Amino acid sequence: MDKGLLNQLSKWTQALQTRLTKGRGATIFILIYLAIGTIWVYFSPRSLLAFLLFISSAILIYYLPLTTRFKFGLAAVMLLVLVPILGVRNIFYLEVIFQISVFAALALGLNIVVGFAGLLDLGYVAFYAVGAYLWAFFGSQQPYLLYEIPGTAPPGTPFFLPADTFYLFMFLGIILAAFTGILLGLPVLRLRGDYLAIVTLGFGEVIRVLANNLDKPWNITNGPQGITPIQRPTLPEPLLNALRVVLNPIVGHNVTEGEFYNLFFYLLALLVILVVIVVVRRLDDSKIGRAWIAIREDETAAIAMGIPLVRLKLAAFAAGASFAGVMGILFAASRTFVSPESFSFMQSIGVLSMVILGGLGSIPGVIVGAAVVIILNLQVLQGLSLYLSQLRQSDAVIPIINFAWKNLSTQLDPAKYQRMLFGIILIVMMIYRPAGLIPAERRKRELTREEEALENNDLGAGGADAQDPTGQSTSGEVEHGAA
Amino acid sequence: MRRLLNATLLIEILRPLGQIAVFVTGAGMILSALMLGLAVLLRGSTVDATTISNYGVDLFTYTLVNLPQVLIDGVTIGFVYAAIALGYTMVYGVLEFINFAHSEIFAIGAFVGVEILIALNNSGYLNDISYAMAYFWLLLAVIAAMIAAGATAVAMERIAYRPLRGAPRLVPLISAIGVSFFLQDAIRLIESLTTGQFHRIIPTFGNFDQQISLASLNIIGTKIDLIIQVKSVIVIVSAIFMVVGLNYLVNATKLGKAIRSVAQDRVTANLMGINVNRIIAMTFLIGGTLGGAAGVLFALKFTRIDPFVGFFPGLKAFTAAVLGGIGNITGALLGGLVLGMLETFSGSYLSVFTMGAFGAEYKDILAFAILILVLIFRPSGLLGEQVGQKA
Repeated sequence: MDKGLLNQLSKWTQALQTRLTKGRGATIFILIYLAIGTIWVYFSPRSLLAFLLFISSAILIYYLPLTTRFKFGLAAVMLLVLVPILGVRNIFYLEVIFQISVFAALALGLNIVVGFAGLLDLGYVAFYAVGAYLWAFFGSQQPYLLYEIPGTAPPGTPFFLPADTFYLFMFLGIILAAFTGILLGLPVLRLRGDYLAIVTLGFGEVIRVLANNLDKPWNITNGPQGITPIQRPTLPEPLLNALRVVLNPIVGHNVTEGEFYNLFFYLLALLVILVVIVVVRRLDDSKIGRAWIAIREDETAAIAMGIPLVRLKLAAFAAGASFAGVMGILFAASRTFVSPESFSFMQSIGVLSMVILGGLGSIPGVIVGAAVVIILNLQVLQGLSLYLSQLRQSDAVIPIINFAWKNLSTQLDPAKYQRMLFGIILIVMMIYRPAGLIPAERRKRELTREEEALENNDLGAGGADAQDPTGQSTSGEVEHGAA
Repeated sequence: MRRLLNATLLIEILRPLGQIAVFVTGAGMILSALMLGLAVLLRGSTVDATTISNYGVDLFTYTLVNLPQVLIDGVTIGFVYAAIALGYTMVYGVLEFINFAHSEIFAIGAFVGVEILIALNNSGYLNDISYAMAYFWLLLAVIAAMIAAGATAVAMERIAYRPLRGAPRLVPLISAIGVSFFLQDAIRLIESLTTGQFHRIIPTFGNFDQQISLASLNIIGTKIDLIIQVKSVIVIVSAIFMVVGLNYLVNATKLGKAIRSVAQDRVTANLMGINVNRIIAMTFLIGGTLGGAAGVLFALKFTRIDPFVGFFPGLKAFTAAVLGGIGNITGALLGGLVLGMLETFSGSYLSVFTMGAFGAEYKDILAFAILILVLIFRPSGLLGEQVGQKA
């Protein structure tokens, strides 16, 4: 691209920017943008482009110079009115948005551990699994099946607890997961960063293996088959009927109970995210949050300043774990089914890639990261898969190399290549944009220093002052005994 | 002077051989004694009674009769772990960095070797061949795997690690996890494009599946044949070659001296005229080739491989490296042997000793339990020097 065009382009964007920053311009712009997105999704519920336009208005709301009150109002309208309506119209979108909210909450939790305290946790889904299995066990018939062989539930076994104890278990999930976090943290938190990563990875695998094998001597987890059915909290029928009167004409069909449950869990996830955001924001500026950042930057200095290292690391671990625990409870209830497969190492890396993509320590970044990864995963990759399978069924041939699409291996299914997606995200972000798409405020200041340090230390041994996204410094001298 | 020099070189070859002998016998004896002691302690308990009703012999006899075979299997798997652990330990010794993608280097080696053997098999080269030719083709496959794996390791270092060398330690680690995931799916993609399946089975040829009877023992009235498969012997011999060769390379050659100096102090090494980037690339090359060879050996021993085959052996080999003292070749050997034996012991005996409540499926997490215990109580490993925590 030549310079003239580039200049012209930047002039235009500047003009656009000034137009938009003049209060009213921005308001009108976002309203039109949101309206176009909504109407487009409403009338063509299968278009990915329409959905992306609609979702992206959330980012615009965040960035445009609007008054805070207007921003919150608009976000509330979007999340509480538009999303439910569009979601019930095309239930797939509700699933996508529900997954985004679940993983955004998980990523926000992991962000406390990795982003604030600088502890790389590769077994984060273990805590999610703890929460999920807690409700899966008590919210199903499982307690009555302790001495049965998996898969042989006698007919008519009642549920162990009434469905509405779910709300109580959301709190129990927080406590149990936090407790698990502390239990794991106590022995391992003295370890150095990279060892800690491997040990947490191991812990994640331990939990998965336990979930897979604890069908004997007592049948606690029902083994690889997983536990089902799990109860969902009851929704009052009169309320649903009242809502149907409003919703049915808008969405154009009779809203089923299943769809209401999807909506309910979406709103619940939203509530959890809201709590997480509030907590994280308050923590970030609190004494604890600043102590975490001090630990992240330089442990030795932090100890010297009188920061109780182990206690604060444990607090970070417990806080991150507790959010995962409550999301696990939510997950178990919303799916009415849990199995060990949902808690693999890949899930942990998936959540990590969301945090890294969005920006360590940055709340909006992490949410955007979760949204991008989920949309890539659920919509773009699956869209490609669908497209490829259509090509396979057609008689089309790739022109030059004369390759018939029919002969393409059915294993080439982009939806199955999530690992590649996560891998590419991690590598590319670490090399080109270690602070993430939306760097945390605090990081922006550090970043300029970091780049200079990086350039000066190509050989790396000296990079004592270099600060990275996880913020630990490399002041340790290389004094290791020869291999 | 010259005679003295030759003597040191000879020592560098003999020393690891002696260490191997000591480690194998030592670890084997200690673990056997522990197991038998436990069996004696439990004599007359319900565990003993259950064993008698299930197998017709009491716990002590059961343990003793199975012991020799368990030891042989443990040593074999231990050498596989040791061979992989060498790659972790080389890179860690020089860069203080866990090369998380080493398990995929290992998988690439396995796939290249197996693919070559499959191609040879399909074109009929492996039918009715003499043993000499069988070993020749196997050697060829191993060498090709070493080249491919070494090249991948160097490319990986160049693309994903070198740009991050100045950055703090978690950054290259995260990048390495990314490389690991990327390579897993890359292997899967390449393998599934041609046949629609992404697992491979090594063709049977030569005498690798034959069983050699080592001895016939008579223990407490039970006659047991000690057998070892030819392929296990190949695994053990090749792994010994790798350990001895690497030890010689690092301790007795000029390149080895350069590697050690870079490990000690990168800046000073640079000032002394050592091309640090080249030495680090060489380290990855050496670690990668060893990993590739280990991959083919693994495929030979366990016959079936898939793109995710490297994950657990990789983690266990890392545990072995930490157990022995990371950055230390001898330590990797010791760690691998101990871990391999512990794993085989738990795989064979856990089910009996817990009356079937916990079976062999828990042997995978045994490695993590060991890792955690080692890191808590002796972070420098069994043979590592006591170095302070590095931030």
